[in-house]
Amino acid sequence: MEDDKIGSPQPSRRRFLLTTGTTLAASVLAAHTPGQVLAHETETASSGDASAVEGAIAITLRINGKDHQLRIDPRTTLLDCIRESVALTGTKKGCDHGQCGACTVHVNGKRVLSCLNLALMNDGNKITTIEGLGTPEAMHPMQAAFVACDGYQCGYCTSGQIMSAVALLKEPCGPDDAAVKELMSGNICRCGAYANIVAAIQQVRKRA
Amino acid sequence: MHTFEFIRPTDSAAAIAAAAQSKTAQQGADVRFMGGGTTLIDLMKLNVETPARVLDINRLPLDKIELMPDGGLKIGATVRNSDLAYDARVQRDYVVLSQAILNGASAQVRNMATVAGNLLQRTRCMYFRDTAMPCNKREPGSGCPAITGSNRTLAILGASEHCIATNPSDMCVAMAALEVKIHVQGPKGPRAIAFGDFHLLPGSTPHRETVLDPGDLITHVTLPPPIAGSKQLYLKLRDRASYEFALASAAVVLTITSGKITRARIALGGVGTKPWRSPEAEVALTNKAANDAIFRQAAEAALQGAKPQSENGFKIELAKRCLTHALRTAATS
Repeated sequence: MEDDKIGSPQPSRRRFLLTTGTTLAASVLAAHTPGQVLAHETETASSGDASAVEGAIAITLRINGKDHQLRIDPRTTLLDCIRESVALTGTKKGCDHGQCGACTVHVNGKRVLSCLNLALMNDGNKITTIEGLGTPEAMHPMQAAFVACDGYQCGYCTSGQIMSAVALLKEPCGPDDAAVKELMSGNICRCGAYANIVAAIQQVRKRA
Repeated sequence: MHTFEFIRPTDSAAAIAAAAQSKTAQQGADVRFMGGGTTLIDLMKLNVETPARVLDINRLPLDKIELMPDGGLKIGATVRNSDLAYDARVQRDYVVLSQAILNGASAQVRNMATVAGNLLQRTRCMYFRDTAMPCNKREPGSGCPAITGSNRTLAILGASEHCIATNPSDMCVAMAALEVKIHVQGPKGPRAIAFGDFHLLPGSTPHRETVLDPGDLITHVTLPPPIAGSKQLYLKLRDRASYEFALASAAVVLTITSGKITRARIALGGVGTKPWRSPEAEVALTNKAANDAIFRQAAEAALQGAKPQSENGFKIELAKRCLTHALRTAATS
């Protein structure tokens, strides 16, 4: 799923938020400094890339099969880099301290927490985010199962849940629901969609 | 987060030389090795750790699990917790270690966290993690608000008037019972440290948690040769079923011959200021019949020196029942 296609003709909630965020920032600046709007707009549009930051380091990150050449502050977590520098906003920031699982991505095929990982540690690694899993037209079987089983309510934890669930398919996991629950315990859902999440995972495992 | 210089040393010697520049290897070190980052990045975000230099050791060749000539296992410092827990040799011969690791954290954290990082895992005491509060471990001499404050999850064994913070590791509890050796390469050469000598009691210096000095790089740990027929179990009790630190846990390694316990290695977690090996329980079990009365006596012996804080008196009985149940379950397995 290409999440960053701001130019897409189809309106979406995500596209609305991304574009209004930029527009609002630009219009606020315009009100105060009309002569410099263009410069500020440029700055706003590229605020995620830290090329202006002193001490920024060049890095190539391979995300969803595509190389991204970036200059980042060494403090940048993989999560912030994915969201702010690469503008793939499907990966969510929940607690930012490794306690909720919303930021789960795959690094070299294994699920990890992108909030407890420095972007700099990942040059040469293969990173997969929810955008690299499937597209709205051709969903990953786990994405389709989450839809079919209603495995979410507000949806904020969902991309992390799905990234965890897909990784779980390749991990040692017993056949019963209890084993799935144990291996999914790193992904918290405040809406409490757990029963349906387990059902979605079991549906995919039974069909595999 | 304070900014830092990110360095990827090309070999262990370069890593050791760079880390030897640090004033300390303990709390507040200005040079830190970075493994999985699951503890260090968390604490850097909280400004509890503020290293000026971070040394990424993930590309050093310290990531193998190898069989040793004596039949034991050599486990590299950057072996991920999940790779160790799922290793077939560990699951067969050291199952208590596999169980302890899989009872800790979540699948994502276990995929990131390293063996050496887990040895150095920091306490979850909320006062340590909050720079707005005094804490003798974080700022020596500033005081311990936990003693009169929120201490339900904190230590009942090994505490001092300066610090009552619990060691949170599950892996370390199993390693204490398995008598693992920790191998360190430092500016003065290599050395091996018995597991029980590695972590320090808080005493009047709670900011010193281990015997490591600046430049000391944990390169690997070694497991002694497997003990044929030993019965092993890790039991963890906590506030929720998963992804939670222990209120009390027990690692037991027993050899039972004709109903008699001939060898016992016992360690407790969630209750001590360090991974808590209990020689008292081991003495109470050795050369005794494997029955409930003896198990309870061992548990009483293990907790004899326990001192409750204002909110955690329940942990004494909880730890006793945890150990008793673990012994019974292991003995009958």
